[in-house]
Amino acid sequence: MKNGKVRLNGHTILLLITIALFVVLYASGCIVYGSKGFTHLQTFCNILITNAGLICVACGLTCVMLTAGIDISVGALIAMDCMMLAVGMQKGIGAVPMIILVLIVGVVFGAFQGYLVGYLGIQPFIVTMAGMFFCRGMTAVICTDQVSITEKINPTFYKWANTKVVIPFGGYVNNKGKYLAPYVRPGVIVALLVLVVIFIMLRNTKFGRSLYAVGGNAQSATMMGLNVKMIRMKAHILSSVLCSIGGICYCLNTMAGSVSQATGLEMDAISSAVIGGTLLTGGVGNVFGTFFGVLINGTISSIVKTNGKLASSWPNILTAALLFVFIVIQSAFAAIRERSKK
Amino acid sequence: MKPNLSWKKIKGWSLFLPVVALLLVMMVNIVYDAVNGNNPLSFFVITLQQTTSNGTILYGRIIDILNRGSEAAILAIGMTLVVSSSAGTDISVGSVMSLCASFCCMLLAGYGVSSTTTLAVPLIVGVLGGLLMGAVCGMFNGTLVAYFRIQPMVATLILFSAARAIGLLLCNDLIVYVRNPSYAAFGAFMGIFPTPFVITAICVAITMVILKKSALGMYIQSVGINDKASRIAGLNSKRIIFLTYVICGLFAGIAGIVNSSRITSADSNNIGLYLEMDAILAVALGGNSLGGGKFNLAGSIIGAYTIQAITTTLYALGVSAAQAPVFKAVIVILIVAIQSEPVRNFFKKQSAAKHVKGVA
Repeated sequence: MKNGKVRLNGHTILLLITIALFVVLYASGCIVYGSKGFTHLQTFCNILITNAGLICVACGLTCVMLTAGIDISVGALIAMDCMMLAVGMQKGIGAVPMIILVLIVGVVFGAFQGYLVGYLGIQPFIVTMAGMFFCRGMTAVICTDQVSITEKINPTFYKWANTKVVIPFGGYVNNKGKYLAPYVRPGVIVALLVLVVIFIMLRNTKFGRSLYAVGGNAQSATMMGLNVKMIRMKAHILSSVLCSIGGICYCLNTMAGSVSQATGLEMDAISSAVIGGTLLTGGVGNVFGTFFGVLINGTISSIVKTNGKLASSWPNILTAALLFVFIVIQSAFAAIRERSKK
Repeated sequence: MKPNLSWKKIKGWSLFLPVVALLLVMMVNIVYDAVNGNNPLSFFVITLQQTTSNGTILYGRIIDILNRGSEAAILAIGMTLVVSSSAGTDISVGSVMSLCASFCCMLLAGYGVSSTTTLAVPLIVGVLGGLLMGAVCGMFNGTLVAYFRIQPMVATLILFSAARAIGLLLCNDLIVYVRNPSYAAFGAFMGIFPTPFVITAICVAITMVILKKSALGMYIQSVGINDKASRIAGLNSKRIIFLTYVICGLFAGIAGIVNSSRITSADSNNIGLYLEMDAILAVALGGNSLGGGKFNLAGSIIGAYTIQAITTTLYALGVSAAQAPVFKAVIVILIVAIQSEPVRNFFKKQSAAKHVKGVA
């Protein structure tokens, strides 16, 4: 980064590929489905609205993956958060206390997982798999039915969910002659705030830099005097808290809690991070790439939805194919780097 | 001193953990039955029963566990080998099961047919097709792990999310029913024994014989312990890792066909759901280290049936299917926490302190 020049190494190339891929995907969507309204700014806003929760979750997951860990409990934790919010509000508890409760649960849950990973040295995959089981099961223990949050149950939360944050440009006039301004929901604002905060944290704070150090080489990090165990634990706490924030955004979008909610979301989040250039071996990646990973995922499902004729399983297959391509590219870069070292 | 020594021997026995877990589950059952005023040993009672569909069959809770736990046991065989050789887990087995079942049913029913009683192709073609699909999936995973050196969990993540979707695509987004008695045979009863259990027994026997009679078992362990040293010693580490993934995929195919035969349909969304977790849990419960190296196949099989016993017991205690994962999670964490280094060191210190006290 000397002299303000961006060094063009393997990772920046990966990030550039990701961004280019998003642009190509979106542009081809615009060209093919332009007549179906794909070109409107609102389509892009809708991708953001649907994926607001995923953005928060993927940011947290990126932080954990930087330390060479993984967290697959996030989808189940979101389901538990949504169920807690829905049932709590049905019991008459206000929106703000419930949100604080959900965040506290996130901290405690993350601390527990982080302790097992950091201090007991258990494989993160196993710990978070148990965490996934636990959250999914607890969701059913809280309530087995689908609980929806209506205006009658909690007017404050309902109002938040239906607030439109209007964007002053990019609107269009529909065929009835009415001007429709594009809008996003408050969840998107929260998600973008999280993104910016985590981006700055990873770049400019001691904790952010130490995440990279631990993931790059835990042994050297220890020799540098970093408390590796503590950093791993903190990364898991951060992931669970961001996941809880994501859960609130997710709940603002779905306005319901159910046991089968957000199944497979952890895989969406992991694939977003990987497509965005985060290495699963740790030490490389940033949330900016992850954001584009989420956007690519969102664009694929949006295109499939706009087409309307393709089978519902296509987004899954396409995302997996992309994941495959990116993993192979990553492994090729790693092989090249190893060879150049010799 | 003598009893202490034998206790140590028991504790050092490789099947200590799974057997203790199984005994614990049985204890819970006995206590529960006794408290409810039933015959305390009703868990172990096996009777012959007449049924309209299958004739005379064995009936009892143990038989049910052996029957229902078969898929997890079959998966656990392949998973044990994968964990041993590559120090990673194959998380795609559940999805691959679903894909194999879908492919098999698609072949048997013909593309786009949602329900059939007559088979479009001979049964053997469909079954072999399903198994082949499993092997192909295994090859895909194996290539990524062995030759591209990608972390196993990440490499198998691709099929984890794609296989189920491909299966759904093969079935034209339908649930394909193959209501033919010859296909249903794999999930029914063979004589008085449940067929899935017989299939599991055959799979285990063949694997055991191959591992014991050839050097493959030793090769897999040596690659798992140190793949570089094994390569220098003349083993083709990559090919051995690749092979374990193919075997794992093949067993996933068998499990998928058994499961779909049980319900005489290919329900892509539900076949093998969360079963990869059960298989991994079975390997851990069987006393195998998830860090690779030495493995104990018998332990994994007992582990798989223990998990089924836990599930059945939980249902008997009135815990719903959706709530059962909470208990599984607690069990996983307890097992891995006990196996972890700091906790073991803590217990070692304790026993050493006791020893010092005893001597003094």
